[in-house]
Amino acid sequence: MVRALQSTARAGIGVAMIAAGAALLPAAAQAWEPTKPVQFIIPAGTGGGADQMARFIQGVVAKNNLMKQPIITVNKGGGAGAEGFLEVKKASGDAHTIIITLSNLFTTPLGTGVPFSWKDLTPVAMLALDQFVLWVPADTPYKTAKEYIDAVKAGDDKSFKMGGTGSKQEDQIITVALEKLTAPKKFTYVPYGGGGTVATQLVGKHVNSSVNNPIEAVSQWKAGALRPLCIFDSKRSIYTAKVTATMAWSDIPTCKESGVNTEYQMLRGIFMAPGVKPDQVAFYVDLFKKVMATADWKTFMEQGAFNQTFMSGDQYKTWVAAADKLHYDLMKEAGFLAPGK
Amino acid sequence: MHKDESADEGRSLLSNRTAEVVVALLLLGVCTIVIFDSTRLGFHWREGEGPAPGYFPFYIAVVLGISSLINLLSALRGVGGGETFVAMRPFGRVLAVLIPSIVFVGLIQYIGIYLAAATFILLFMVVIGRENPLKALAIGVAVPLALFFMFEKWFLVPLPKGPVEAWLGF
Amino acid sequence: MVYQTCRDESQSTLKVPGTIIPTAARRETTGRYTVDEITSLIGGFKVALSWYNLALMMVGILLGVIIGVLPGLGGANGVAILLPLTFTMPPTSAIIMLSCIYWGALFGGAITSILFNIPGEPWSVATTFDGHPMAQKGRADEALTAAFTSSFVGALIAVMLITFLAPLVAKFALQFGPAEFFSVYFLTFASFVGMGKGSPFKVLASMCLGFALGSVGLDKVTGTLRMTFGHDELLVGFDFLIAVIGLFGIGEILSSMESGLKFSGSHAKIRLDAVLQTWKKLLSYWITSIRSCVIGCWMGITPGGATPASFMSYGLAKRFSKSGDNFGKGEIEGVVAPETAAHAAGTSALLPMLTLGIPGSPTAAVLLGGLMIWGLQPGPMLFVEQKDFVWGLIASMYLGNIAGLLVVLTCVPLFAAILRVPFSIIAPVILVICAVGAYTVHNSMFDVWMMLVFGVIGYIFQKLGYPLPPLVLAIVLGDKAEEAFRQAMLGSQGNVSIFWSNWLVGSIMTLGVVLLFWPLVTWLGQKRKSRSGNLAAASAGAAAVDRDK
Repeated sequence: MVRALQSTARAGIGVAMIAAGAALLPAAAQAWEPTKPVQFIIPAGTGGGADQMARFIQGVVAKNNLMKQPIITVNKGGGAGAEGFLEVKKASGDAHTIIITLSNLFTTPLGTGVPFSWKDLTPVAMLALDQFVLWVPADTPYKTAKEYIDAVKAGDDKSFKMGGTGSKQEDQIITVALEKLTAPKKFTYVPYGGGGTVATQLVGKHVNSSVNNPIEAVSQWKAGALRPLCIFDSKRSIYTAKVTATMAWSDIPTCKESGVNTEYQMLRGIFMAPGVKPDQVAFYVDLFKKVMATADWKTFMEQGAFNQTFMSGDQYKTWVAAADKLHYDLMKEAGFLAPGK
Repeated sequence: MHKDESADEGRSLLSNRTAEVVVALLLLGVCTIVIFDSTRLGFHWREGEGPAPGYFPFYIAVVLGISSLINLLSALRGVGGGETFVAMRPFGRVLAVLIPSIVFVGLIQYIGIYLAAATFILLFMVVIGRENPLKALAIGVAVPLALFFMFEKWFLVPLPKGPVEAWLGF
Repeated sequence: MVYQTCRDESQSTLKVPGTIIPTAARRETTGRYTVDEITSLIGGFKVALSWYNLALMMVGILLGVIIGVLPGLGGANGVAILLPLTFTMPPTSAIIMLSCIYWGALFGGAITSILFNIPGEPWSVATTFDGHPMAQKGRADEALTAAFTSSFVGALIAVMLITFLAPLVAKFALQFGPAEFFSVYFLTFASFVGMGKGSPFKVLASMCLGFALGSVGLDKVTGTLRMTFGHDELLVGFDFLIAVIGLFGIGEILSSMESGLKFSGSHAKIRLDAVLQTWKKLLSYWITSIRSCVIGCWMGITPGGATPASFMSYGLAKRFSKSGDNFGKGEIEGVVAPETAAHAAGTSALLPMLTLGIPGSPTAAVLLGGLMIWGLQPGPMLFVEQKDFVWGLIASMYLGNIAGLLVVLTCVPLFAAILRVPFSIIAPVILVICAVGAYTVHNSMFDVWMMLVFGVIGYIFQKLGYPLPPLVLAIVLGDKAEEAFRQAMLGSQGNVSIFWSNWLVGSIMTLGVVLLFWPLVTWLGQKRKSRSGNLAAASAGAAAVDRDK
């Protein structure tokens, strides 16, 4: 409470200073700028996809001098990200706190009952959509998603292990969706702490398959340790540069092509605290547009085979609302909802 | 931590036995809380989830409960119970640092960590440590100032700040 | 095996790490590999040994020591905070500076552990057990020298391992699944049972309290909240650092206050030849050093991490040392063991990061993020595609550690002199720094209050003979052990035989079980022998057995 007041006070002073400045320089009237270091919260642990992206953005901003004040990234991944989201929710009116989101913006409140939702935050912009790919170790016989699904169907119930990040989150949601095709056989879903660990566990064959994000598994794919079976998107990736000797991201068939009718993509977007002013949101929208214009960002997108979709304003808000509904339905179907949700 | 039981430490406030009993009872309390929540979470095998979330805490709490019961019984039977846990004067000295620390932490929320630290170091050195007030003032100002530059300026880790810092524009 | 791929390009196409090159082929060409590695390393030294890079190295070490000294601001945070500074540098220079911050933080963590009983990093906890009693006895300079030197030895061995065995070793890391991880944690706990002299039920109660505290928060395996009772503050659970700052740091201040206003070590002599004197003593602990190096390298690679390594190494040293009974009272061997292992693990943790793209420690995870920003893709191909970078980094590991050792050893008399400052000055300053440390862990005032609560618990537990190390160990590793156990159980559908399903996990588990019952075995053995009336022979025999193990 006290902290919230304090930050309001600070923001107030900031606004007052800007107002004074604006009076002197009418030309710069609309431009709000951060007056102190911006805290960039990552609602996940170090080393994961969100963490990599946030630190990358921090780096790009610093390298290209896109902002006068520095960005400080802070990992607040406790309680499946609830720690970070609750902090932003509490920081009402504080324009110096932004948060990068992943699907746990939707899944954590639904799965654990921790009181927050995307409506408690101010949407800023969608940076990209992260893809999911079905991976198996390269020296297993499955060449297509269909072959693998058939093998699961033919095997003993629960004898195939699917590794994933976290519990009742995106990886497990996809696994449940796949189980519609393998019915009545099910996977044994084994939750791990982070995507990098999952990829390594898959290489070590402690699990049979994973649905890692491209960036988490790309180096293992390049080294020939993993094989992508299909991508959970409606169309193939646009990146045609060869990643391995023979394949590019665009060579991975969609799961639909392989007869597995499942689609899922994950939001990589930015939110702010509630109660911030439109010109403050506008500053960050503009900042991220500048980040996206850099060559570094384009390389990063290609490396991770991201689906490059930029959204802001009402369009973004509508998208988020739809995604929230989608997650509610998916999790309800899977039986992942916390009691009372 | 040798137990100093010489006469000049004042009379015994608490015997070891009482302290043992209190701690054992508190641990039994922890055990009850954990078992209570574990039964809500379930502590058996669950299809698709493996051992339920309460499995591990439940058995831990059972072991904690049994050990605490044994500790309680042996304390009640008086094994090593006669000794003094803490006497008057040492207890006074412990409180002399504990109470100011509590006040210090309480103050952080209102005046920020830097001012609270300056006040705490200054008063502690003068009142409890009987140091030269000038020396105390020097250290009381230098330490928070060093921390301020290290955390706010150098490492860019924001610490709790109060109205004075806000007034100065931080 | 990763490194082999680059030399095998001419003969065959790139293949899967771990599956390439049959053993026979590898054996034939071993000689050539070593020569290649030395050539590459010399190239690496040339990269690292520019004035610019050397200056960055020194800056990194100094920053790292400061970061390591401040509790709460660990190596991972330090590297993360300073990462943006390095974006404008060439990648090799940047990684040299960042990894030097990491070495500095590893060195720095030992300083506060020894002087004030406040471990700045999880892996420094075991260093307090004997390091702080040494400081209290006025032997802070010895303890510090022993800690720094052991750290250096551990790191050096680990770097040599990375230089020459990276291929073989990376493959080993892949064999670690949930069952293997659990077996490692089990071994750590087992090596710690019977550590204290007091009542075994107090050890159990203490350890279980740690497990219970560790289970508060979100259960990662099922995503359900445990023991939070609707309080948001409890969502993230009890952070180990808060507990440690409170139990050890604040608890120590309360205890010192109780016994009068001074540190018993305030008469610490400042001996300028302390370093040389200590080195002479250290030579006789070579067995402990080797054992600790092995444990450390193994834990860093797997990646169990530096924390289990330091605890396990301390536990085993106590078990197998001739003077094991004196551990905890200021035994120099009790400083050597955890420090060597922690540093060896901390260093070798960089290996899985470079070769597999999996971080072996939180700091490695942040460095991993850095690699991406510099446009380097960590993983199996790094050794092939970015030779300059990798060998520059490896060379900087050698140089950084030497520079670090020189810096911290020169400062030993200075650090030891801090203990001569009167308690009335040092106590409030430590309390302030502890509060800052507790706050920075999660930016939460709740943690600062919890630190005080843990302080009181620490003070009372210590007085009543409830040992603190098992409590801390359980908070640190309890949830990880539980997670690994449940993942393994999920995978095997509840079949416990998974813990003996292959030679690797089977032998670790068996070793754990043996260690668990070892106190009982020695106790029974001594009893039988003492009945035969030959006490002297019995203890000599037991000691011989201990050494043989």
